[in-house]
Parts: sequence; C-alpha cells; structure tokens
Amino acid sequence: MLVFISRRLLSTIPVLIFVAVFVFMLLRLTPGDPAAVIAGDNATSDQVDAIRAKLGLDEPIWTQFYIWVSKAFAGDFGESFFFKKTVAELIAQRIQPTLSLALCTLVLAVLIAVPLGVLAAARQGSWTDRIVMGFSVLGFSVPAFVVGYLLIYIFAIQLGWLPVQGFRRIEEGFGEFITRLILPSITLSVIYIALISRITRASVIETLGEDYIRTARAKGLPARVVLLRHALRNAAVPIITVIGIGIALLIGGVVVTESVYNIPGIGRLTVDAVLARDFPIIQVVILMFSFVYVLINLLIDIAYSFFDPRIRY
Amino acid sequence: MTVIRRTLMAGVAVAALAAVLPATAMAQGTLRVVQHGNLTVLDPIWTTAYVTRNHGYLIYDTLFSADAKYAVKPQMVDKYDISADKLTYTFTLRDGLEWHDGAPVTSEDCIASLNRWAKRDAMGLKLWDFVKELKAVDAKTFQMVLKEPYGLVLDSLGKPSSQVPFMMPKRVADTNAMEQIKDYIGSGPFIYQTRDSKPGEKHVYLKNPKYKPRAEPPSGLAGGKVVKLDKVELVEMPDVQTQANALLAGEIDIVEAPPHDLLPTLKADKNIVLQDWNPLGHQFIIRFNHVVKPFDNPKIRLAALYAINQEDYLKATVGDPAYYKVCGAAFICGTPFATDKGSDFLLKSNFERSKELLKEAGYDGTPVVLMQSTTLPILTNTAPVTKALLEKGGFKVDMQSMDWQTLVSRRTKKDPADKGGWNILHTYSVSADVLNPIATSYMVADGDKGWFGWPTDPEMEKLRAAFSKETDLAKQKDLAEKVQLRALETAQYGWIGQWYGPGARRTNISGWLEAPVPVFWNIEKKG
Repeated sequence: MLVFISRRLLSTIPVLIFVAVFVFMLLRLTPGDPAAVIAGDNATSDQVDAIRAKLGLDEPIWTQFYIWVSKAFAGDFGESFFFKKTVAELIAQRIQPTLSLALCTLVLAVLIAVPLGVLAAARQGSWTDRIVMGFSVLGFSVPAFVVGYLLIYIFAIQLGWLPVQGFRRIEEGFGEFITRLILPSITLSVIYIALISRITRASVIETLGEDYIRTARAKGLPARVVLLRHALRNAAVPIITVIGIGIALLIGGVVVTESVYNIPGIGRLTVDAVLARDFPIIQVVILMFSFVYVLINLLIDIAYSFFDPRIRY
Repeated sequence: MTVIRRTLMAGVAVAALAAVLPATAMAQGTLRVVQHGNLTVLDPIWTTAYVTRNHGYLIYDTLFSADAKYAVKPQMVDKYDISADKLTYTFTLRDGLEWHDGAPVTSEDCIASLNRWAKRDAMGLKLWDFVKELKAVDAKTFQMVLKEPYGLVLDSLGKPSSQVPFMMPKRVADTNAMEQIKDYIGSGPFIYQTRDSKPGEKHVYLKNPKYKPRAEPPSGLAGGKVVKLDKVELVEMPDVQTQANALLAGEIDIVEAPPHDLLPTLKADKNIVLQDWNPLGHQFIIRFNHVVKPFDNPKIRLAALYAINQEDYLKATVGDPAYYKVCGAAFICGTPFATDKGSDFLLKSNFERSKELLKEAGYDGTPVVLMQSTTLPILTNTAPVTKALLEKGGFKVDMQSMDWQTLVSRRTKKDPADKGGWNILHTYSVSADVLNPIATSYMVADGDKGWFGWPTDPEMEKLRAAFSKETDLAKQKDLAEKVQLRALETAQYGWIGQWYGPGARRTNISGWLEAPVPVFWNIEKKG
C-alpha cells in the first residue's frame, strides 16, 4: 500500500509540471493585459506601458516563465498584481470559507443522499422511489444560482431567519459561522444529493440481485440488516467514486455559490483574478486545484480497499 | 440520573440554539457600503479607478476642493495669495493638521505629494508644464512659482475626480510614481485599518478622532468634513442581485450604484430611499481610432457622428427617462463651460448626410471594427445601437464582443483593425472628469500622448493651451466653446448623452452629501 501511495504521489509531479506550463502559456495567450486593467480607464498608452514594464510583462514569455518557476521552486509564488500581497497570503485568507462551504455541503449531501438512495432502492417502483427520483431529476436540472436566489428570497428576505450573504470565520463565533453556511450549503448540495442518491439507488438495486443477498435473506436476517450491512456495503465502491467526483466538481460549484452568497473564498478569488488578469493568483490557484484533484483520486482508491477487501494494491 | 441528563441536554440545546441564532444587533455607527466595484489598488495616484479615488477621499485630504457649485474652495489650505503678475502662488496650511500617526502636516509633505501627483495625472502634467518651482517658505507655507501665467492652477489642485491631488506624508509621497505605495497614512477624516481589511471581503476605516474639520458647512467636496460615524466598512459584493438582497435585509446600509433594472424593486421597499448623490451624473462617449483606416479620415468620422443620435443610446442603456438627459454640451449641461453650440447633429440622426459624406470621402465599404464590452452592464447596449445606426448611415460594421478587460487591453493597440486593432469603442466618464477642455482627456489631440484613439490636431492643442493660460472666466467660456466646435468640426469624438445612477440607502441613513464622489463624512446612522 505504501509503495502504491508513494508511486501515486510521485506521479503528481509531472502532472503539476504540465499544468504549470499549460496554464502559464494559456494566460499569456489570452487576450487581456493586466497593466491596462490596473492603469484604469483614464490612463494613457504611456502610463499603461510603464506599468507593463514595472510588472515585467514586457519581458519575453520564456523569461517570464523562467523567473516564475525559479521563484516557485524557492517557495515564492509571487505577488498579486493588484492587491500587493503575496499569493500565498491571499489564498490563506480564502481557504477557510471555501473549505467550510465544501465540507458542510459534502456532509449534508452524503447524509441526505445515501439514505434517500437506499430508501428508493428498497422500495423500487413505489411512489417513494418515484418521488426520490423526481427530486433527483429536479436537482440536476435547476442551476445553483436559481436555487440560491430562491432560498435567499424565502428564508432571508421573507422569513428573516437567516442572513442573505457573507461569511464569518469560526473564530468569530460558531453561531455566526454556521448560520451563514446553511443556505449556501443547501444550495450547493442540491445537485450532489441528486447525483449521489441516483447512483446509490442504482448500485444498491444491483447488489440486491446478488446471490449472497438471497442467502442472507434465506438465513432469516432482518430486511434492515440485509439492506444496510450487506447490500449497502457491497454497493459502496460506485457510491464512493461518485462522492469523490463530486468533491472535484464541488471546486467548480463553489464559484457560483460564493458569488451568490458573497462568500470571500477561493472561488471568488479565482473569478476576480481571471476578470482582472491577475496572472500570479490564477497560476497558483489552478496548480492547487490540480493537486487537490490528484489527491482526491488517491483517497478514493485507498477507500476502495477499505470497503472491498478484495481490492489490493 | 435521568433528570440530570435531561436537564443537561436541555441546557446544551438552549446554548446551541443561542449560539446558532444570528446576531441581529450590529455595531451602531458602523456604515456598511457596497461600491460599484472591488477596491484592489489602494494608491489613488497610481490608478485612475474610481473605487480607489473614493478610498482616497476617506483617508486623505486635499489642499483645495470643489463645492456643490464646482467652485474651488480651500480645504487643507487656510489662506492663499496670488502675486500681481500671476506667477507666484503662496499657500498657507491650516493650523493643527496632523497625519494619522500624529506627525504634523508640513509644506515638504505637500510639495512631495504634488510632485508625485503631477507625474501621473493629466491635469497635473499640464500644470507642470508651467511650474518653475515649488518651494517651502516655512513648515506651513509653500510657494508655487510659474514660468508664465496659467489659468487652471486652483482648478488643478482642487480637481474632484481621478487622479485627485491627495496629500500624503513625504516619506510616502517620495515613492516612485510608477510604483504603488504600501503605507496608507493620510490626514483625512478616516483612518484605514490595514489589519482588519481583507481584500475581496471588506475594507475598514475608523473615524479619525484628531481630524479638524473646517468651520464652514459641508458643500460638495468642500467645507467641514464632520464625521458622525465610528466606522465605515466598504464591503466587497460583486453580484448586483446579492447587493439588492443585502440592502433589503438591512445587512448593508448603502449601495453606491445599483443597476437601473433593480431600481424599481428597491424603490418599492419602504425602508429604502434612492438618492441621486451625483447630480451631474455620467457621460457616454463614442471614440474613433484616428491612426488607422477608415477613421483617419475626418469626413468618415463626421459621417459616423451624423448617423448617431443620443436618445437611442440612452433608451437602450438606461431606459427610464428619469435617469438620462439628452445634452449637446461636451462639458456637461448645467456647468460653467456648457454650450450646445454646433452639436445639433449629435441629437438627431441624419443618415442621408452620413451617406453623402461617406461618398465624398471615398469609403470603400471595409467593415469597421466596433468593440463591444459585455461585462460592464451600462456599456453593453451602446455598441449594438452604434452598429444599427452606422449601418443605416452607410457603414459596414463588424461588432466584436469581449469582456471589458480584453477591451481595455485591445484599445492600446495601434495596429490596423483587421490585425488585432480597432476602429470604434464606447466608454463613459463621471461628469466631474469632463468639465473643461483640460480635464477632458478625450479633447487631448497631441497624438501618442493623448487618450486611446490618439487624435492629432495642432489647432485643438492651440485652443486648449489658450484656455489653460486664460484667467478671465468669460474668455475661458469663449475658448471652451471654440474647443467644442473644433472637436465637432474634426469629429474628434462623440458625447452621446448623460445618465444618472442614483445610490440606494436605508431610511435610517441620513446626511449623504451631493457630490461627484460618494463621501461618507456628514452621514448619520440611526438605530
């Protein structure tokens, strides 16, 4: 297992190098000049040129790449063109909101979706099954921002139960922290509940048709035990796979949710950086996301062997 | 045991509930404002961005300021004297002016601040053509000595909008003008809280307890800057629907510039008032690229101006006539240099004349590249109107859509339009930036030194120079009119209507001053 993990971790290095080169080149080829954005609308061409020179953007692209890579190897990921803060500092500020939102969403999605999927599978063809699957289709179809604005209108503006927007750090008080995460987490979890419940249902239905389930029933085990201990555990591999993919998709999903609920997380930092062509931030954020993707895939593979002892590395 | 356990559980439940309930009481005296954009750069001399200018007005002070009637009044300056030959200006600072760190404001600080500003600002650059020297007389008095009389000395020092000559401590102002400052010490009515401010989240300003406001009542940007709040938070909230929701829910107090389509929703709420804090509003612009074909030909530019009309733009972008004005004046209707002379053809399309001019100019039907910004909502609909009108006037138009950042990058290119350049763009200005021929960057006609589009017209530059040297208001007005007529004659650019964007505030907020910039002194918050 250790060899497997080490090999997988080592394999991230070429992936990250490829991503670094690709993103760096892509950003330089994309139309848009950070110097012109920084200079503002009333700036003259001379002023834009001076800022471009100051940022080193007038250097040949390979020189820029060399400077960036050599600094990155020394742990210096550069400074934002706009904020005049290091990229590491900016990302550190934005990690907590995004991690909190992603974690709450994941917990909510798994806690709701897995039981719903198992219930639908156990009552296949019944009204319960149809209702669960109907909600699942709805969850897939409605965009996150629509769900978000709807929830805000009902629970924040009409009922006044929860805040419209914003984020409070956990150190500012758990109550403030959690109340500001309820609506965003529900918004973001809708699509994952739809996805995970559907896969859970399909996987459990397939498992329920296996011989060992018939044997378990023949032994006289209660239906609940057969369903949860035998069927669900054996159906776990595809469910874990989809949860893992869900985490990866979550990274994209937070961008919209963070905008709707004004959460100052990594998603908004990325959007702001892309709109302003703040290259140092975009480069590091994409590298970080790539690393997270690779890591999640590794964790999923490790989890397989936990749920299915036949899988060995 | 069971009773104890139940009691404990109930206690835990109550404590958890209390912790989870949202804290509805907000700190009194804290004003939460959402600006029209995110504040990313904190150096108001380094960038012309309006959000940065607004930040500047919170923490810095100015030597002079424009009042509600756009007359320049002393602000940090106590008294000033102009020599009989109009070559020496002597300024004396008010008593008791202090930087936020407690050090006194001195003449040397002001000289360093003006020197840095003059390297970046268009009016500053022009003024410095005339400045022979700036010298400190004593700690509170300094002199500006000119090479020849210049009519806009005080207007330059009291210019209301970007880039504003804010005063900074000498150690800060000595920063290279091409680099951003990193020390945000000012002498203004609020103190910037670097530690509590988080870019992308909020910027925090505390009341400056040592600030000494002028005795006069506030008027525009002039007069006494009396702070009636403990704290101002500029909350970063890019989504306009979220801004409206947060204002409706009372989570923020002011939205500086809600989009026009959300105004009816906000107006309908009894807790919200719309306030036109900037009565001069904004001006839309159509700009031609003078250095590439076909708009290097003045007749073709003129043909384009004959094809357009202001009302079509204003209807397509703003919609409600309550928030726009058809205005023939380049220097904004209702201001000292406003005149509608010669601008009739900007108000009503004349497609026949446009076609005639194109024929006379030998326009070969090559499509003109019109850049459309799709990310600034107020500008998005200007380009489709231009396309429709120019096509009726005989042009072929290739409208290319892009985000604003791409547009501002592409507009710096002087290549032909089919090789990555451009022919036409739209932008808008805060009216305070276009009140006279010197401040209006679109009027500059000295080629590469001018604004994008780079017109070259020695006659225009002669008129602008004459205006800048003139000190008599009546003669200045006459010259401003000549500048406008010249701009129309050569079709240098087009001003295509004025529009207004009221702010929205909660009803418990009062004292928001009318000024070309949103300012937060004089504002009170009840409850």
